[in-house]
Amino acid sequence: MLRLEKRPQPSQLWTVVTPILAVFLTMIVGGIMFALLGKPPLEAIKVIFWDPLFHEQFAAYSRPQLLVKAGPLILIAIGLSIGFKAGIWNIGAEGQYIIGAICGAGVGLAFYPSESVLIFPAMVLAGAAGGWAWAMIPAVLKTRFGTNEILVSLMLVYVAQNVLISVSSGLLRNPEGMGFPGSRNFKQWDAAHNAELIANTGMHWGVVAAFIAVIGAYMLMSRHIMGFNIRLTGEAPRAARFAGVSPTRIVFFCLGLAGLLAGAAGLFEATGPAGQITGAFNAGYGFTAIIVAFLGRLHPVGILLAGLLMALTYIGGELAQLMLNLPGASIQLFQGMLLFFLLATDVFTNYRLRFGKKGLV
Amino acid sequence: MTDVLLRLEGLTKAYPGVVANDDVSFDIREGEIHALLGENGAGKSTLVKMIYGLVKPDSGTMTLRGAAFEPAEPRAARAAGVAMVFQHFSLFDALSVAENVALGMENPPKPRDLARQIRDVSETYGLPLDPGRTVGTLSAGERQRVEIIRCLLQNPRLLIMDEPTSVLTPQEVEILFETLRKLASEGTAILYISHKLEEIRSLCDHATVLRLGKKVATCTPADATARELAEMMVGASFETPQKAERPLGEVMLDVRGLSLPAPGAYGTPLREISFQVRAGEILGLGGVAGNGQDELLAALSGERVTAADVIRLRDRPIGTMGPTERRALGVLSGPEERLGHAAAPDMSLTENAVLTGARRMGLLSGGFVNWTKSKGFAEDVIQSFDVRTPGPGTAARALSGGNLQKYVIGREVLQSPEVLVVNQPTWGVDAAAAAAIRQALLNLAAKGAALVVISQDLDELMEVSDRFGALNEGRLSEIRPVDGLTVDEIGLMMGGAHDMEVAHVDG
Repeated sequence: MLRLEKRPQPSQLWTVVTPILAVFLTMIVGGIMFALLGKPPLEAIKVIFWDPLFHEQFAAYSRPQLLVKAGPLILIAIGLSIGFKAGIWNIGAEGQYIIGAICGAGVGLAFYPSESVLIFPAMVLAGAAGGWAWAMIPAVLKTRFGTNEILVSLMLVYVAQNVLISVSSGLLRNPEGMGFPGSRNFKQWDAAHNAELIANTGMHWGVVAAFIAVIGAYMLMSRHIMGFNIRLTGEAPRAARFAGVSPTRIVFFCLGLAGLLAGAAGLFEATGPAGQITGAFNAGYGFTAIIVAFLGRLHPVGILLAGLLMALTYIGGELAQLMLNLPGASIQLFQGMLLFFLLATDVFTNYRLRFGKKGLV
Repeated sequence: MTDVLLRLEGLTKAYPGVVANDDVSFDIREGEIHALLGENGAGKSTLVKMIYGLVKPDSGTMTLRGAAFEPAEPRAARAAGVAMVFQHFSLFDALSVAENVALGMENPPKPRDLARQIRDVSETYGLPLDPGRTVGTLSAGERQRVEIIRCLLQNPRLLIMDEPTSVLTPQEVEILFETLRKLASEGTAILYISHKLEEIRSLCDHATVLRLGKKVATCTPADATARELAEMMVGASFETPQKAERPLGEVMLDVRGLSLPAPGAYGTPLREISFQVRAGEILGLGGVAGNGQDELLAALSGERVTAADVIRLRDRPIGTMGPTERRALGVLSGPEERLGHAAAPDMSLTENAVLTGARRMGLLSGGFVNWTKSKGFAEDVIQSFDVRTPGPGTAARALSGGNLQKYVIGREVLQSPEVLVVNQPTWGVDAAAAAAIRQALLNLAAKGAALVVISQDLDELMEVSDRFGALNEGRLSEIRPVDGLTVDEIGLMMGGAHDMEVAHVDG
């Protein structure tokens, strides 16, 4: 008979092994799924994981996409992971991302057509502030009235989406856009354009911000007392209180930081790859970042790798739809499997499998 | 009287890395009260779990009234007439006494019949209890009565009691002993687990002493002195902590009219607590568990704040300060719950050193943790307090209870507090280590610190404290010098026997 036995300490080895194992299990089960759909499984997995980077025909287009897609995922996931470490479940990064983009774009457009070099930095600050403010709503409600931040932050996503639809056909609509919804195109306005920093790499300011966030989060969590207090709050709330940590401050800090980074990510996206604010400019990065945060074990370096992997499956998934006619739903299923297997294998970090007869304590 | 009820022969049980019981054999006779004596980790719990069917022995046999006895689960043991009262109660706070009793029975009778049966048993054995009351409102002693009555309704042949007196006042202990003697006189055998030697000497007919899983002696406890029993248990003589003559200094901690509402549905409110502790003095606070000990510690540590004037350190109001500010001024504390309160279970000992020592030990620079220095502090604690662990990188939850206790107390003591408040400082620690912790507390006082020691172990309080007070339902009794205090007086300070008056009306 099989049984699970709690390890005296979490296994260092398994912390590293589980993500790799999860990727392999996803490949195997995903391959079976592709086979059942009547597609060659090995071919499909190669298209998803290999071709985006090395296919001779498509790679030139898809390689830069890796950083374009990974940038916002990493930036948002870093903010979320810090809250998750403290047991604060911000599910509404998508909303903070949207509001950040709207606020940043709004501030920029107010100065149109100025060509000042201060325009873009001001927009970034406004975007971050917008995301922060949106995240303060669940923070205030949680600390004041004890509401559940999961529900509040999630519902605020839907509010934000409606605000987005409203402003893109109202307040921020392009006056020269012949009545079509959507803001001015930032790609045509140099002062506000978040352009590629190195041609054909996909590297823009948002990706730079993501890398800085990874390093900053690593320093915060492993060296700074604030990071220590955040981890302590998540692992043993009573011990945190005993140590003198204020739970209210942790809630404000974690939600605020996540909102800040998500808002900035939204602005970088709106002024860069997306180019304008439209009713559908958001691509679900805020939700996918939750998966990235967990796939990366809530560790900054892990999130960096997980963000790149997730971006790869996105691009590869699109490629697979194109080249193999795989249905889009199967790609989403494939990505879902990744999270499922990660959580399933995670149990081995804290437990070990024992064979033999069940014994009572 | 002399018939053997249960015979244990060569019982052995090994867990990975430790032999919990090694070839243990002894007899329990009908109608006797048999003590099982040993330190924490001596294998008492494993042994009774085997008798109660919770654990299967690796080898060895048990014979109940001549027939082989191999209970596969507690249900089988109960069917054979073995009942057990656990140290930690398994009762539901929100249900009534009768409902709780019914939940533990195989075929509960109708509620009305059950209530009558509970009344009958409680009257017969002098255990006053109202079947309709909600368990959440009962004192620890009354909760224990619920457990005992639940067992007695099954007419057991053998009743196992695990550390039953740790939650009782001296008066309640007397009531319990009367009940147990009456049961024994009717032929029920009782296996009584304890490490309180005086109790065993007054109550038990025979005692089996376990040490490191092996049976080391069987004796008649009345014929041995407490000291002899202790040495059998520990296997060596150990030093009793020495109280040195200490000059008392100025008033360090001054608490005036401390009142706080209960933190939760079944917490205890603090009511008008006032006391003073001087430099070099140890104030011992006794009381049955759940009478405001946790709440008082939280108020003194700063986890819960009060009005500024209520708590003063050297005449400086500190009531509104949180734990960090109080620590900076030298008010340190050690809560009862080691895992999850005093220490974070999944964090390493180094990280747990930072938990309270961050500022006082200068482990921070510019908000960043100096991990090298922190590790050094953790190693200091480990060395000074003889904490058995592979190293400071070990997770707190990997330490045994006693070792972790030494660590969390040592962590505070080494920070040279001006005022130290500890709750249950030696809970679950073996006798030698407990003596070491008490000595450390006495030394700290000798160096001029003011100490408040909250404990349920009266012997401990008598050993270390200069003055004694008791907590009862969130109130603090009058505080009296320990010299010349009798057990009866202490019992009355602790609130006597809970709810005996009610019982007289019912009875």
